[in-house]
Amino acid sequence: MIRLTGIHKSFGSQKVLNGLDLTIPEGKITAVIGPSGEGKSVLIKHMIVLLQPDSGQIMIDGDPIVGIRRSHMNRIREKFGMLFQNAALFDSMTVFENVAFPLQEKTSRSRNEIRHTVMEALEAVGLKNVENKYPDELSGGMKKRVGLARAVVLNPRIILFDEPTTGLDPIIKRAIHQLISDTHTRYGFTAVIVSHEIPEIFDVAQNVAMLFQGEIIQHGTPEEIRNSCHPVVRQFISGSLDGPIQVV
Amino acid sequence: MGWFILYSLYMAVCRPGSPLQILKQMRFIGTKSLFVIILTAAFTGMVLGLQGYYTLAKFGSEGMLGTAVALSLIRELGPVLSALMVTGRAGSAITAEIGIMRISEQIDALETMALDPFKYLVTPKLIAAMVALPLLCAIFDVVGIYGGWLVGVKLLGVNPGAYFYEMEKAVELRDITSGFAKSFSFGVIIAWIGCYKGYYAGHGAEGVSRATTESVVLTSVLILIWDYFLTSVLL
Repeated sequence: MIRLTGIHKSFGSQKVLNGLDLTIPEGKITAVIGPSGEGKSVLIKHMIVLLQPDSGQIMIDGDPIVGIRRSHMNRIREKFGMLFQNAALFDSMTVFENVAFPLQEKTSRSRNEIRHTVMEALEAVGLKNVENKYPDELSGGMKKRVGLARAVVLNPRIILFDEPTTGLDPIIKRAIHQLISDTHTRYGFTAVIVSHEIPEIFDVAQNVAMLFQGEIIQHGTPEEIRNSCHPVVRQFISGSLDGPIQVV
Repeated sequence: MGWFILYSLYMAVCRPGSPLQILKQMRFIGTKSLFVIILTAAFTGMVLGLQGYYTLAKFGSEGMLGTAVALSLIRELGPVLSALMVTGRAGSAITAEIGIMRISEQIDALETMALDPFKYLVTPKLIAAMVALPLLCAIFDVVGIYGGWLVGVKLLGVNPGAYFYEMEKAVELRDITSGFAKSFSFGVIIAWIGCYKGYYAGHGAEGVSRATTESVVLTSVLILIWDYFLTSVLL
């Protein structure tokens, strides 16, 4: 379980997170939705200690992770996998090498075992015959799949998805969402998805939290969010220009 | 910046990373710089041959040309010019490579895998530069001496025996080791600044471009400043 309490984060004079509280339940898919530029990616990067909050505490399975030593931090990070917005594949490595890299560095498996695990992970995300290609030879959707394969290959307990479908066409979006659901069922990890894909994300997530002005303004099941009376949530879901969310 | 180099040196000693990565970096920093080093060295030696002959002829000491060329190259020009050439060719590429990895979140990806980016990105480059620079400097010195020989002996008629005999008499082991010590420390500076500027590159293509320019300028200036202090100590 991930618990964030009273998280404040500013970049210069810009306040991004403003006393945010959020609990991510174990073994479920939680979506964090909200308008662009509201700090969703900043929030997810706090969970894996790529950013440190100005104040507040983050607990992973009861362990505080704010201000901890690097060695301890790495032990916490071993619980995580992450799919970045642009997949963040190592561009000097092939697809195979990208997926194999965490296995080579973090396990003592033999070459054959690594090969078998990588091919299995690539197959699980629907990729075949691409293992010798470089990331710049792949489409956006394929890169995300490779990123997903790399994120799940060590079988982590928690996977963070930073806008996994941004910039993809509707069919590939659906395919990626389906893939997240399928891999979740298969591996049983806790997932946090940062997204503004409305309404598709409601079909994937079991919990939804709405981030606005640095705070979680509503947190509940997809049905509760869909039927919310909160004017910000309603405007965001309907995509209306009129309402409390100001479009600059 | 101080913390960056201290931690990099600590990692180079305690957790140097994969030998394959270090060899790859040595190929990139060392082998791939050979052409530019040989070219620069040949013409530097040839210019030294011309200028040295012109000056020494005024005192009737053309026979000392080999000594003048060799000492200038071994003590000063070899280490400094080879370091400046590597800065332009490899230092800038190191900054650009790490900078692009920073802005495309590849460094973040390493961290999320609980892997230390220094072990994969910084340490192999640092070790490779520390090894490659003295070797490149040695090649620079030899090619430069033969460049001076070509101009002095073949074009201007200096006695070939005198060119090498006087050089052998005048050049001491201390001259050679001080040149290598300079090259070694220049290797540290090139890898340090190159990696540091890339690691903390700003946003987007502009941030990487600015980091690359700053890296080349700062490394070049630091090499010249450090050369002065080192020379004053090693003289």
